[in-house]
Amino acid sequence: MATRETLTEQVTGLDALELPQAPKAGWATRLWSGAWPKLAALALALGLWQAIVWSGWRPEYVLPGPATVLAELWNRVVNGTLLTAASITLRRAVTGYALAVLVGTVIGSLVSRIRVLRTATGSLITGLQTMPSIAWFPLAIVLFKLSESAIMFVIVLGAAPAIANGLITGTDHIPPLMLRAGRVLGARRLALYRHVILPASLPGFVAGLKQGWSFAWRSLMAGELLVVIARKQSIGVQLQVSRDLADYPGLMATMLVILIIGILVDSLIFGTIDRAIRRRWGLMDPA
Amino acid sequence: MPARAGTGVLRVEGVSRVFGHGASAVQALDRISLEVARGDFVCLVGASGCGKSTLLHLLAGLDSPTAGSVAVEGRTALMFQEAALFPWLTLAGNVSLALRLRGVPRRERRDQVTALLQMVHLEGFADRRPHELSGGMRQRVALARALAQDADVLLMDEPFGSLDAMTRDLLHAELERLWSDRHFTALFVTHNVREAVRLANRVLVLTSRPGRVSTEFSVDIPRPRRIETPAVSALAGEITQQLSLEVRRHGHA
Repeated sequence: MATRETLTEQVTGLDALELPQAPKAGWATRLWSGAWPKLAALALALGLWQAIVWSGWRPEYVLPGPATVLAELWNRVVNGTLLTAASITLRRAVTGYALAVLVGTVIGSLVSRIRVLRTATGSLITGLQTMPSIAWFPLAIVLFKLSESAIMFVIVLGAAPAIANGLITGTDHIPPLMLRAGRVLGARRLALYRHVILPASLPGFVAGLKQGWSFAWRSLMAGELLVVIARKQSIGVQLQVSRDLADYPGLMATMLVILIIGILVDSLIFGTIDRAIRRRWGLMDPA
Repeated sequence: MPARAGTGVLRVEGVSRVFGHGASAVQALDRISLEVARGDFVCLVGASGCGKSTLLHLLAGLDSPTAGSVAVEGRTALMFQEAALFPWLTLAGNVSLALRLRGVPRRERRDQVTALLQMVHLEGFADRRPHELSGGMRQRVALARALAQDADVLLMDEPFGSLDAMTRDLLHAELERLWSDRHFTALFVTHNVREAVRLANRVLVLTSRPGRVSTEFSVDIPRPRRIETPAVSALAGEITQQLSLEVRRHGHA
């Protein structure tokens, strides 16, 4: 007959055997293993670019090489024009995106919870999401003139459907067992929403937020090219001015800035959140 | 021993549950009646399709019967075949949420969580996430979470079905110990007859399609029991024979 003490020993012994023993790599190793593929890809891209320039496909004053462009970029960092432009553009991006998150979250949570609303607007939201944001600008300019509001309007229309859709998909993909477990614990209506539905839909919601950001950033760039506001030297305006002045190194330097900001926000903010969720939920290979 | 009518803490009277409509309708339960006395440990065994899970869902209030009545005195907790822990919470968080939804004030929760995890020998894993544990450990957290609900009736739907034999043996012992310490009423569904005999005071055999109670066995083997003892095997053999009669009936239909 097993006494309670031997039972406890047996249980803890089995637990110890069943837990995986993950070897922990040092932070330097992990940093390097994450960084080198990115650095290699960057080097490859720069090499390809240089190769095209060297091939003489286009004259060098039209298609400048990486060295010229990076020098121009550095020049703009030092004389402060980049900082001014980036701060104007990023302020718009943050405001517009925040607005889109608010609108998208409200619409998404309502549509995912209310069946009639779902039937009525489900395909409309997807339709809005596929609509190219630049197609909204003529209307936005008619409604809001050449103003910040016109740009905000298009950012929200571009990003909010993706965010709402992310939340709706996230809610749809909650395993029924989770909802049942929540109801068994006594969670009903608002409590169920807060303690089960909302956290369970988080992965889908974050995917929507990430997609929403890329739509917002694209809408903003289109907006800054079309809606030029006096004395606002934004990144989009810089791009247009460089083209008008045939300043091709400047043009490409600005494009690089747009790309870099897009990548940084995506990987530093959304990548981090996404990894944190997957690690917590155990959706990540421990390698 | 069947309790006298109307004295059970859990009563099912003439309950039917039909899923779907018309020609495609499936009758999961057909006028099933059973009663469980306070503090009793009852196992339901039956082949697949006998509506075992449906019955537990009805008792847990997740579903309502097409006909008949279901009455439970006090609160119920339900353990599923899978642990069904929330992956976004730590083990402590999972147990704590059950306390919170029951209305336990915040300052009392922490101590209770520790006590509950101790009860299932997982006090050292409070800050782990469910995915870091083995299946058996997860199921023990599910047990702790169910106990956190402080329910009068603990319903279990094949909770150890997917575990290896050694882990299952240990969990049987754990469950038996907790049941005799905490005096809750247990209704345990399984297709494993030995498991039923190992755990229950009474074993009810359900027929399949439609599900009804066909036979009842009372288990008078002293506790704590072990699954490999001759007494358990003998009774399990008897019940298995009864069960195979039930299943064979469908071959002739």
